Amino acid sequence: MPQDTQPHKWKIENGLNGDFIFKGVTILFAFSILAILLLMLYEMSHESLPAIRKFGWSFVSGSEWDAVQSEFAALPYLYGSVVSSILALALATPLSVGTAIFITEIAPKKFGGLVAALVELLAAIPSVIYGLWGILVMAPWLQKTVQPFLIEHLGFLPFFQGAPYGVSMLAAVFILMIMIVPIITSITKEVLLAVPQSQKEAAIALGATRWEMIRTAMLPYGRSGILGAVILGLGRAIGETMAVTMVIGNNPQISLSLLSPAYTMPSVIANEFAETTSKLHASALMEIGLILLAVTLVINVLARLLLWGVTRQSGGNV
Amino acid sequence: MKIFSFRKLNNSVMTLSMVMATILVLVPLGLIFFHIMKMGLSSINLDFFVQIPKPTGETGGGMANGMAGTFVLIALASLIGLPVGILGAVYLVEYGGTRISAVIRFAADVLSGIPSIITGMVAYAMLVEPMKGFSALAGSLALSLIMVPIVLRTTEEQLKMVPDTLREASLALGVPLWRTSLKVTLRSAMKGVVTGILLAIARISGETAPLLFTALGNQFWSNKLTEPIAAMPLQIFTFAISPYEDWHRLAWAGALVLVTLMFGLSLSARYLGRTKQQS
Amino acid sequence: MKTKVKLEDLNVHFDKNHAVKGTTIDFGENSVTAIIGPSGCGKSTVLRSINRMHDLVPTAKVTGRILLDGINIYERTIDSVSIRRLVGMVFQKPNPFPAMSVYDNVIAGYKLNGRINKDEADELVESSLKRVALWDEVKDRLKANSMELSGGQQQRLCIARTIAVKPEVILMDEPASALDPLSTLKIEELIEGLKEKYTIVIVTHNMQQAARISDYTAFFYLGELIEFGETKKIFTTPDKKQTEDYITGRFG
Repeated sequence: MPQDTQPHKWKIENGLNGDFIFKGVTILFAFSILAILLLMLYEMSHESLPAIRKFGWSFVSGSEWDAVQSEFAALPYLYGSVVSSILALALATPLSVGTAIFITEIAPKKFGGLVAALVELLAAIPSVIYGLWGILVMAPWLQKTVQPFLIEHLGFLPFFQGAPYGVSMLAAVFILMIMIVPIITSITKEVLLAVPQSQKEAAIALGATRWEMIRTAMLPYGRSGILGAVILGLGRAIGETMAVTMVIGNNPQISLSLLSPAYTMPSVIANEFAETTSKLHASALMEIGLILLAVTLVINVLARLLLWGVTRQSGGNV
Repeated sequence: MKIFSFRKLNNSVMTLSMVMATILVLVPLGLIFFHIMKMGLSSINLDFFVQIPKPTGETGGGMANGMAGTFVLIALASLIGLPVGILGAVYLVEYGGTRISAVIRFAADVLSGIPSIITGMVAYAMLVEPMKGFSALAGSLALSLIMVPIVLRTTEEQLKMVPDTLREASLALGVPLWRTSLKVTLRSAMKGVVTGILLAIARISGETAPLLFTALGNQFWSNKLTEPIAAMPLQIFTFAISPYEDWHRLAWAGALVLVTLMFGLSLSARYLGRTKQQS
Repeated sequence: MKTKVKLEDLNVHFDKNHAVKGTTIDFGENSVTAIIGPSGCGKSTVLRSINRMHDLVPTAKVTGRILLDGINIYERTIDSVSIRRLVGMVFQKPNPFPAMSVYDNVIAGYKLNGRINKDEADELVESSLKRVALWDEVKDRLKANSMELSGGQQQRLCIARTIAVKPEVILMDEPASALDPLSTLKIEELIEGLKEKYTIVIVTHNMQQAARISDYTAFFYLGELIEFGETKKIFTTPDKKQTEDYITGRFG
């Protein structure tokens, strides 16, 4: 054999080997997460531009939404989103924190685990099924029982005036409350589990009752984590689309009464985006989407920063 | 002594409030299940699985096209979303520096908190507008955008748990890093990764909002990926808000099937997760 | 003695930590060299630079040269993966692939890299297991899961897996430290036999072990090579005071 009889024991690095390609592909995919985020921001801003140019700030201060006249202003939707989410959060937070405390501190371990699993099931139910239950079961019940009761006994308050429609701001608040309880509960549970045993023992050693131990040792320690959970719940509530769309009545009015129908940002997108009448109409809806995106981005960044340390320590996966 | 008894009373009252809170949380869950079971079971029949919806006014019909559509959408979304999520996680674990990994992780967490209707709008701007039509493709793209961050994060958690000694054993045998990642690291974490995939599929199978203006829905069968396609959640929505009793029944039956599917997926995921802990 | 591996002014940094400082050392062909020193002295770091394991640690920086048969393995044009086939490694804790059978573990180096012909595999499994004196113990349960073996058997399986890829140098990182005395003895006997065919570098914190099995010994302290020479000499008449303090146990 004329060639070198001893083959090279070492391979020459040729740059285009498997490792190089593999690394390239994984880099591409990992960075696509960032790309998706940036793309979202770009697409939404880009598509909103015509509406932003046309209406400026009056888009968020006015309340005229008329596709025929090409007048678009989004205040009623902003109002509906903010009010429904805040009220739902106000109801859901005590319930969730209470349930989380029940699971971690009060219930026997096995039973607590069962409750936690059931709450997680609640989180797994799709939004459209909440909506289905809301419109076919809850709204009729509200209309026949709850709302007449409220009108009769609390009707002197501006919040409970008008006719009982069933589908209403109140229905949206209830359905949202049911839907965000699981997320706040499960994160609060993680946060409470991360409270060091020593903190709890210190309180117990001082003769604290269980509630005093929870109030003085656990809740202050988990404060930022619980706040993160609540803010994450707010993000979920503001972005929630289907269930709200199905029970809120979809009427763009600003009314103090919880019994009247209202409208939210995601709902108007859901209802109108597939059948827009003009470029400007689509652009106005995109602008509402952009506002929604910006709000939820801020909320999520805030919540994640608050939760950063807490859930890392406990190894919890939120 | 008086003070002490006040403290005891306070403790009992607060404990009772926690129990009440828990009951209030679980009651709606119980009610929703009760109604899905009651209405769903009384409405479901063979027709539901083999027929497509009847026009308004006619009774009967089913959601066969919706079920098929949901299956197609999930399959296509997985085809796009799984490789991106899984290999993205491989990057974070095998190559990424701590800072850049943290940024990507953070972005994934934030992305998973963005309302799903926004992903629908983005998919609309990316595919529906340029292609001048609603399509199964656009629907799958929207769903895959929801899937990627979930799969990425769960896969990453699982990969991190694979001991370095296994990776090193393979590398020291002269196996390139890419083969080591796929055949040793990912393989060892397979159960956990599959658990994450099942959970992600469970999540997207019920998504409705992102499909409203991407997949759009279809009264009939669709045979092209570039055409609008039916999906169960969309049909449940349409039927639920309709005024027809008969359509309401279909919606309940659909809800029963969808919930069964999702719980099946969640339970298998849970089961896989558990067997892993034991071994 | 012919030099198989030569370290020339080897420096390893992890970020700002200078873990190995300007080390020059010759490892003789078909000999056993022990690297000893207190924990944290950089002995494992030296070992891991010989098969380029540090390539995978983003913060690690290796400078200087390591010559294998006179060729610098850190030359940019050389593929690190091919180096690891020539320079095998056995780890502190037995690490067989848990999802694989005993049989598959032996040929893992081939299986993970693609395919291997059945007859070739059978032959390789038998010869490798015989070489580590494990064949008689496991020949009836080759298809059993590797995790069913005892710790000592697992470690010999790992050695079998390493020699199955036909390396020329074998690096061992405290291979017996996680094992019971009897298994340790078996591993030591094995190393004695392996040096006929391979060049062996072993890191150990057990000085008696170093004295028993090695031909040469290198003593490291705080990332520096303090003394290197024939084992007999290092353990009887070391030149340096630090070496003497360490081997007589008057140290750290």
